[in-house]
Amino acid sequence: MSKLKSTLGIVAIAFITLTAMSCKDNKNEQNNADGNHSEMSADEDHSKMNHDNSDEHHDGDKKEMAMSGDGNSQAVLKDYFNLKNALVADDNAKAKTLGATLATTLGNFDVSSNFSDTQKAELKDIIEDAVEHAEHISESDIDHQREHFKILSKDVSDMVAITGTENTLYQQFCPMYDGGSAWLSLSKDIKNPYYGSQMLNCGKVQKEIN
Amino acid sequence: MRIVKIIAIILLVAFVGIQFIPTTRNQSDTVPETDFMLVNNVPENIQNKLQVSCYDCHSNNTQYPWYNKIQPVAWFLEDHIKEGKAELNFSKWDSLSNRRKVSKLRSIVKQIEAGEMPLDSYTLIHKEAAFSEEEAKEVINFMTQLKDNL
Repeated sequence: MSKLKSTLGIVAIAFITLTAMSCKDNKNEQNNADGNHSEMSADEDHSKMNHDNSDEHHDGDKKEMAMSGDGNSQAVLKDYFNLKNALVADDNAKAKTLGATLATTLGNFDVSSNFSDTQKAELKDIIEDAVEHAEHISESDIDHQREHFKILSKDVSDMVAITGTENTLYQQFCPMYDGGSAWLSLSKDIKNPYYGSQMLNCGKVQKEIN
Repeated sequence: MRIVKIIAIILLVAFVGIQFIPTTRNQSDTVPETDFMLVNNVPENIQNKLQVSCYDCHSNNTQYPWYNKIQPVAWFLEDHIKEGKAELNFSKWDSLSNRRKVSKLRSIVKQIEAGEMPLDSYTLIHKEAAFSEEEAKEVINFMTQLKDNL
């Protein structure tokens, strides 16, 4: 009887080991699959999370940014600035969340409003590129986030060149980061998203965008 | 002793069993017109390097090693390839807009500079895929030039 028991026990252990082993692979697979859709699942998570976030987080921006009818580009800008603020604050986790939020917002961008065909094509292109960077930001360490933020900033600036902006924006520039890098801000004050606390005030206003 | 036998048999059965689970193969006979090599004037040494170091996971055609036929290795590889192609697919290079090409080229340079690509798990087996300092410099220069001309 006890022999039977111990045999059974061992068979069970063998099974568990096996399952664990195959799970490992599966997990790998799932992780990777997740990596692929992580955009999606992350987005879902984040759209939830962000509701909380948006309340406390947008406070500062809300005051300055009067939201109006055209949600599209304004919503992108809003998310972009939140993300920028997280990078200024060296907050990797928050930047991840906000990157995912931005990716969702960009994904929902409706290009079909009153633009010319060339503009539409360009906007589509910009959005496609920006989504990718936002997604990367949602899953990277802070150094990578900043690398992607640089190109994202270029995309968002190009978007604004087409869509315009309701608020005055300031294009700011830090000559030190990666051969010189720009970003957009709602305020004239320099708060460097590429260095954060390490060099918070490095940079200058390059251009005022109305 | 009997117990060891039982375990061994169970493991063996499981190992054989998983061999029957199919995987999709990333192989193609034709090189599409959009391939990076066809639309860019790539020097031969760089072509070779990219082929050996990048194309297995970043194109529509993988040169499969023999052990890929064995599970669970095949799963592992399949995932890597799927992920790699989603990130960058040299076979479809020319279908990207200039903006996206610039983005990709920038990432390529950053990844090589940081030594993040090719992956360590890949160069561990494909020794020839690793970049020497010289090779890295050549590829980075080429990619940078390409980017600046876009």
